[in-house]
Amino acid sequence: MSLDRSDVERIAHLARLQIDEQDIPTYTENLSSILNLIDQMQQADTAGVEPLANPLDAVQRLRADVVTEPDQREKLQRVAPAVEEGLFLVPKVIE
Amino acid sequence: MEWEVVIGLEIHVQLSTTTKIFSGASTAFGAAPNTQACAVDLALPGTLPVFNENALRMAVMFGLAVNAEIGKRSVFERKNYFYPDLPKGYQTTQLAEPIVGPGFVDIETDDGVSRRVRLHHAHLEEDAGKSLHEDFHGMSGIDLNRAGTPLVEIVSEPDMRSSKEAAAYARKIHAIVTTLGICDGNMAEGSMRCDCNVSVRPKGEEKLGTRTELKNINSFRFIERAIDTEVARQIDLIEDGGRVVQETRLYDPDKNETRSMRSKEDANDYRYFPCPDLLPVIIDDSYIEAIRATLPELPDARKARFIEQYALSDYDAGVLSSYRPQADYYEQVVGACQDAKLAANWVMGELAKLLNQNDTDIKVSPVSAEQLGGLLLRIQDNTISGNIAKKVFELMWSNGGTADQIIEAEGLKQVTDSGAIEKIVDEVIANATKQVEQYIAAEPEKRGKMLGFFMGQVMKATGGKANPGAVTGILKQKLDALCS
Amino acid sequence: MFELTLAELAAGLRKGDFSSVELTRSYLERIKAEDGRYNSFITVTEEQALAAAAAADAALTAGTATAFTGLPIAHKDLFCTDGVRTSCGSKILDNFVSPYDATVVSRFKQAGAVMLGKTNMDEFAMGSSNENSYYGAAHNPWDLERVPGGSSGGSAAAVAARLTPAATGSDTGGSIRQPAALCGITGLKPTYGRVSRYGMIAYASSLDQGGPIARSAEDCALMLNVMAGFDPLDSTCLEREVPDYTATLDQPLAGLKIGLPKEYFSSALDDQIAQRVRDAVAEFEKLGATVKEVSLPNTELSIPAYYIIAPAEASSNLSRFDGVRYGYRCEDPKDLEDLYKRSRGEGFGAEVKRRIMVGTYALCAGYYDAYYRKAQQIRRLIQQDFIRVLNDVDVIMGPTTPHPAFRIGEKNNDPVSMYMEDIFTLSLNLAGLPGMSVPCGQVDGLPVGLQIIGSHFAEAKLLNIAHQFQQATDWHKQAPAGI
Repeated sequence: MSLDRSDVERIAHLARLQIDEQDIPTYTENLSSILNLIDQMQQADTAGVEPLANPLDAVQRLRADVVTEPDQREKLQRVAPAVEEGLFLVPKVIE
Repeated sequence: MEWEVVIGLEIHVQLSTTTKIFSGASTAFGAAPNTQACAVDLALPGTLPVFNENALRMAVMFGLAVNAEIGKRSVFERKNYFYPDLPKGYQTTQLAEPIVGPGFVDIETDDGVSRRVRLHHAHLEEDAGKSLHEDFHGMSGIDLNRAGTPLVEIVSEPDMRSSKEAAAYARKIHAIVTTLGICDGNMAEGSMRCDCNVSVRPKGEEKLGTRTELKNINSFRFIERAIDTEVARQIDLIEDGGRVVQETRLYDPDKNETRSMRSKEDANDYRYFPCPDLLPVIIDDSYIEAIRATLPELPDARKARFIEQYALSDYDAGVLSSYRPQADYYEQVVGACQDAKLAANWVMGELAKLLNQNDTDIKVSPVSAEQLGGLLLRIQDNTISGNIAKKVFELMWSNGGTADQIIEAEGLKQVTDSGAIEKIVDEVIANATKQVEQYIAAEPEKRGKMLGFFMGQVMKATGGKANPGAVTGILKQKLDALCS
Repeated sequence: MFELTLAELAAGLRKGDFSSVELTRSYLERIKAEDGRYNSFITVTEEQALAAAAAADAALTAGTATAFTGLPIAHKDLFCTDGVRTSCGSKILDNFVSPYDATVVSRFKQAGAVMLGKTNMDEFAMGSSNENSYYGAAHNPWDLERVPGGSSGGSAAAVAARLTPAATGSDTGGSIRQPAALCGITGLKPTYGRVSRYGMIAYASSLDQGGPIARSAEDCALMLNVMAGFDPLDSTCLEREVPDYTATLDQPLAGLKIGLPKEYFSSALDDQIAQRVRDAVAEFEKLGATVKEVSLPNTELSIPAYYIIAPAEASSNLSRFDGVRYGYRCEDPKDLEDLYKRSRGEGFGAEVKRRIMVGTYALCAGYYDAYYRKAQQIRRLIQQDFIRVLNDVDVIMGPTTPHPAFRIGEKNNDPVSMYMEDIFTLSLNLAGLPGMSVPCGQVDGLPVGLQIIGSHFAEAKLLNIAHQFQQATDWHKQAPAGI
């Protein structure tokens, strides 16, 4: 499987990654060679094999519906890039 | 050409759990911004989700209430997209293996159309936060208190054929979730939000038309109006030779129009995959049956019982059973006064009117069921008339107190003493010589109608307290005596 | 003092040979003096360390001390530490002072451990050389021109350079075992679900597992005693009793059945490493073990399966780094999309971006079945291979890495050849199995690691086997020249 420039641009957009124009060829080449490596997998016969999502096939545990997290806004927002009136600020959201 | 409308609904119902679906932060409405957004809700690096048992229980309750198959194995998946109100960059939801499988509800519109609406499935997911667009130096503010609130998204089949059916369906879902107590039903606060998928096709055509999705409608009235507006737009468009584009549209209730949303999901690819931080949720029959045993009486069953037990009309029974607190209230009033019809009239009449006017939920009604029942007892035993009762009710609403206290304090007790009434009747007759002459001159069969004037005068003179039955009897007797 | 193991240091503290404050101060001074050469620490937490040491001394005096009280350790910089920068080796978290402790960190705090600082690592644990760190490459104490391995390269280098007696690490595809092997020390990747992942910044959720890096199996046992156990905050952490891992270290190995997978001794493996591993196996035979050849036929598929699953999960796990609530935000974003793209584009390094893009691509509609689902199926096949073999033998042994430490910069331009270095370690993560790397010799003066693989939850057995090997050999006591 080999990718072209437009594939890389589309993926970078989906992943919201700015890629410098001059780096696109390298990424295209790297990603293509990684995908070639990955494509070895297609030789394997996996018909009827149940996918393994969790190594121990464990099941979900449930949490009691009890408040355990008090308000810690002040502490949690100390690391925020921009905050005003308790809100995280971002460039205008247009709906 | 005659057109057929095809509608399917996706309803998001906020579950009334105490905490978030995957964290121990409170879900209470109305807190200061981000004071209920804990480390997990903010998606701080390293944080992980743990599933709330109550959200699971509530989703299963819903499934059982809509005759659905319950997913004994359900799986949370990640829906990946970037948005500032979505802290993790993905929404945890269910796709291939939801908690609630196919089911159905039966609906009936005001104009008597009944239909079975099939549910495709219902799944659990987390709500997003909110973007506030007040101007912060050209920026938007993000409040993540709502992020992680548990939702059940209920997806119907495209089984509805009119906006009225869509609204009736939404009302039915509302009745079910509030009866189950799994949602507070407060649409103004966003506890229940509807997306309507709308398309039209020529009558008789089998193939579905291209649909548009009307997003985030939060009242039953708007569901009807938004769909009607959109249907008209689609028909106009097609009849003018245009084509409907599959897109998401927003309903503007002020302008009563729908408009295309700037495609915020330009060619999005959500890259769903099973969430590796959460494991498959496995439940067994005993878990499901234990929940089934706790289900309250559902709206359809309660309606049927109201008709049977209280001899209510289909309409009255339907209205009263549609909202559990109202149905409970009604039954308490019946318990207190033992007159099901009178109780129905008052709960749907005076009480509903004042609740509406004051935008008050029946759960916090200033007049309790006991108070209202006590008032109705006084109508039944002729202590007061129906008209006086309305006055007592209004006083009760604003100042509190029992019916007896108010009647006593305001001196509203009905005058049934015939001596006292006779005296007033005599005065009224003496002061209305002209009307008395007309009465005497009238044909005997027309005299009944003329009694109204004298009746009014007597009531005026007694401040409405005279027992109407007694007054009528005495008036007739005295006036007829003058005629002979 | 710097040659003493955790076990020996604990004894010394109890006897009063030195106090925790003295011990801590010595290590802090040594880090200050020596770490310029290794770049193994990102942050040194002198103040907190001395305060914790003073508290530990008080507990020792009061008689309330437990096994770990007063012992210095370092944490890989992906474990969140309350009030201390937690960078994950990335520019995007360079300014991130965590407001909470990871479960592993709080367990060590409760046990009375003294945190010396946070160690260098490949950015977001993506790498096998520690060259992908925003804070620069860490250097292998055996040869400063060479990599210490990755992604827990800083932890391994610091332990090998005696800048800390032990450190935590995390292992998604070999990130504890491979650097332990390349730095001549001992590391354990526990069974998936044995150690809480809460607060350990995720790379690939279904593969990540924290574990100990130290100079001996006994020290790893002491650390695992603190780290392992149920955590209600991690849905994937198992409710399962934790044994005392030090209690079974001395069990004899007579009758132990060892399997050697023929696929591990293929042409990809350096001949001299193969020989060191065979020598180690011979040592086990002397201790009473029997050896047979076994087969893990799907070993080669572990690389493609891993390089789908890990990037796919990572692409989603790393979406939260968006410049909104914490971490790096680009200058003057002109709109929302610009904020996302530049914060992430400028904040993440090249390898992280590569893996995010591979994962994004693999999860796209239309590719999911061919990639992610297929990889999860292969995962099942790989696990079945292991289970079948481990029904027949007690443990599997082989090399940890196909080569000794390579030169810094040697594989920089060829991500695929770098990925091949993980061939022996990846499959355990896919299967969720525990594995250890134990020093078993040298090639041209560079350490070689023996990998020991066991059944799920066989950590006590692995530690016992490694400890017995270390009683019979002294490879784990070898120090790099000049240390």
